[in-house]
Amino acid sequence: MASLWFWIVAAMIATYVVLDGFDLGAGAIYLIAAKTNDERRRVLRAIGPVWDGNEVWLIAAGGTLYFAFPRLYASSFSGFYLPLMIVVWLLILRGVGIEFRSHIDHRLWQDFFDVIFSVSSILLAIFFGAALGNVVRGVPLDATGYFFEPLWTSFKLSPHTGILDWYTVLTGVVALVTLVAHGCYYVALKTDGDLGRRARGFALLCWPVQFFLTFSTLVATYFIRPEIMHNYDRYKIGLLIPLMVVVSLALMLWANPKGKEKLAFVASSLYITFMLVGVAFGLYPVVLPARDPQYDLTIYNTAAGLHGLKVGLVWWIFAAVLAIGYFIFVYRMFSGKVQLEEGHP
Amino acid sequence: MDSALLIHRIHFAFTASFHYLFPQLTMGLALLIVVLKTIGLRRNDPVYHEAARFWGKIFGINFLLGVVTGIPMEFQFGTNWSHFSRYAGGVIGQTLAMESMFAFFLESALVGLFLFGEKRISPRAHWWAAVAVFAGSWLSGYFIIATDAFMQYPVGYYTAADGSLQLASFWAFLFNPWARWQYAHNMCGAVTTGAFIMTSVGAFYLLSGKFVDHARVFVKIGVVVGFIACVLQIFPTGDQQGKMVTDLQPVTLAAMEGLFQGQPGAPLVIVGQPNEREGKIDNPLEVPSMLSMLTYRRWNANVRGLDAFPREDWPGNIPLLYYSYHIMVGLGTFFIAIMAISALLLWKNKLYSARWMLWLLLLSAPFPYIANTAGWMTAELGRQPWLVYGLMRTADGYSKLVSAGNGMFTLLGFMGIYMVLGILGLFLLWREIEHGPESERPLADLKPAEAL
Repeated sequence: MASLWFWIVAAMIATYVVLDGFDLGAGAIYLIAAKTNDERRRVLRAIGPVWDGNEVWLIAAGGTLYFAFPRLYASSFSGFYLPLMIVVWLLILRGVGIEFRSHIDHRLWQDFFDVIFSVSSILLAIFFGAALGNVVRGVPLDATGYFFEPLWTSFKLSPHTGILDWYTVLTGVVALVTLVAHGCYYVALKTDGDLGRRARGFALLCWPVQFFLTFSTLVATYFIRPEIMHNYDRYKIGLLIPLMVVVSLALMLWANPKGKEKLAFVASSLYITFMLVGVAFGLYPVVLPARDPQYDLTIYNTAAGLHGLKVGLVWWIFAAVLAIGYFIFVYRMFSGKVQLEEGHP
Repeated sequence: MDSALLIHRIHFAFTASFHYLFPQLTMGLALLIVVLKTIGLRRNDPVYHEAARFWGKIFGINFLLGVVTGIPMEFQFGTNWSHFSRYAGGVIGQTLAMESMFAFFLESALVGLFLFGEKRISPRAHWWAAVAVFAGSWLSGYFIIATDAFMQYPVGYYTAADGSLQLASFWAFLFNPWARWQYAHNMCGAVTTGAFIMTSVGAFYLLSGKFVDHARVFVKIGVVVGFIACVLQIFPTGDQQGKMVTDLQPVTLAAMEGLFQGQPGAPLVIVGQPNEREGKIDNPLEVPSMLSMLTYRRWNANVRGLDAFPREDWPGNIPLLYYSYHIMVGLGTFFIAIMAISALLLWKNKLYSARWMLWLLLLSAPFPYIANTAGWMTAELGRQPWLVYGLMRTADGYSKLVSAGNGMFTLLGFMGIYMVLGILGLFLLWREIEHGPESERPLADLKPAEAL
């Protein structure tokens, strides 16, 4: 039962990154890719009806994590206190940036919220990547099952780790580049003209960086946490995951210049999904590794009581079906290239 | 008190109080918009549709602020109250996860459709979108109340081998008897806020002689709905909530009422200052035997005072609890009075020209916010010194490894950000109110694109 919930939470996080990832990425390139007010409004229109729903996946994943693995939620949220609070601030600023911009038709007002929106998107992408890096690297948990990490210490892998060290900064950069490319594919899919062309060009520029970073993080991760290979040795089927990562990378490179926007976006989504699944597969059944392995938090020592997990499964499936229904409905409603004439962002 | 504990308490109290300024209007307006749209559809009256559209714009700004200030709430259970989360997460994690899975997804999908999709769908479909937004926001409220109810009156759990609480009965937990009345009481409070805001804006237009047709609709609907909500607020919901506190948290009742010595025929203190050192109320203005009547329905019933309970179980901040409760009740009584007089004038067809009453309605806008905040302070201060009533003390629940310094850093950060949000929100709301409900404003993005 706990294993099932592990994969449910992992799937929810992957869904979040794929969905909110494109609007974060669109935000990250917003200032340089969308130059005129008209183009900026089209980018905002492309994400306007969906960004809030996408973000709910984060809240829902957090809530589900809380309910299924309360001890993990308690340890990780208090341990990552400062970065999480900064993430919350960025989410607040970003939401306000997107929605308040259109309320007043004044250059300065709009410029101000453009910068808020874009900078908070960039920082969020980096923070999410660094958070994942922290989980892979392990945190200084002790026998009480708690830890507290400052934002940074020496940027080396000392026993006193900080949120940011060379490895987690690297994963932060990987996340930023990945989401920038993902956002570009989405903008290319949803807009045409100069804006769409520019987005495709940026995605093309991202590709070699993404390719290089994918392999360097793989090497770095092996160096930092060799244990992550155990599951891959035990279950050979897991080797399909890196294969799919490579395939989706190749697909992006192929589809983008040909103007197959939908395919390129799907390939990028697959790339993100398999990168995350690869991490989850490598960690399982550990959910938060400790620097000292005897204090690892696993699905077994963090899960809620069995009855709660069983009851939860019933309503969760019901709610998830409804949620997917709303998403299909909304994305259909606002499908196709963005046209500015109807309604407002 | 441990300084880290104090910081974590203020952290949650501040972010929760600020957050709840928005959902109370969201939930109240959601109902009122459904009312406006229903009448608009039935009578095919464009004024009602324009009224609904105007309040939709207000709703949109308010909803966004509710969403962004709500995100920190879910994080803080873990960041600031990790020991509590580890202890009770196996139970309350259920309702918190259900809130996002059932309510947030519904709202996020339908609010966009409701706000921006009116031209894309039929009037009937748009009515359904409004109903869905209403249902989502009210559902969300229930899950939060059910979570709080568990902290007030834990049911449906068992204690696991590691000492944590785990779910034993889903239905007992979800339909906690405490939650029923608290929910009804809370939702009446939200509708009161919505109705007072609608009435206040209507009164503002009437007094300034602008948008008179719409203003009459605002005042009429606001007063009718507001009157009903205010009455239900006191009876039966407030009354039943009070009886629950009497039965299940008697020490809280004693502290709320400032009853230091238990006695038969206990008086109800209307005004007075609790004097903890001498164990009495200074300058009391009391109604004799009234408290006994209200709590036990007998004039001479014995009401237990604070002296009947060990000192370590008294709520920590008795004066603040006492004042919160008295402010809530005082304002609730004032609301009934003002809405009853308005309803009477409305019935006699005199309200729209009674300038003194319109002034009063205009100026009453802030009070429901104060009353709702005071009500929540009564509930949560009254729960002290417990975090989960009778099971875990507040002092044991916070994140022990998050120092006072780190806590204060983020508390100050939130204060700064929320101040900016508050100013921006008021500014944008004022612009919408000033612009008024008539005809569509040429929206920013409908204008020809300006090149940068």
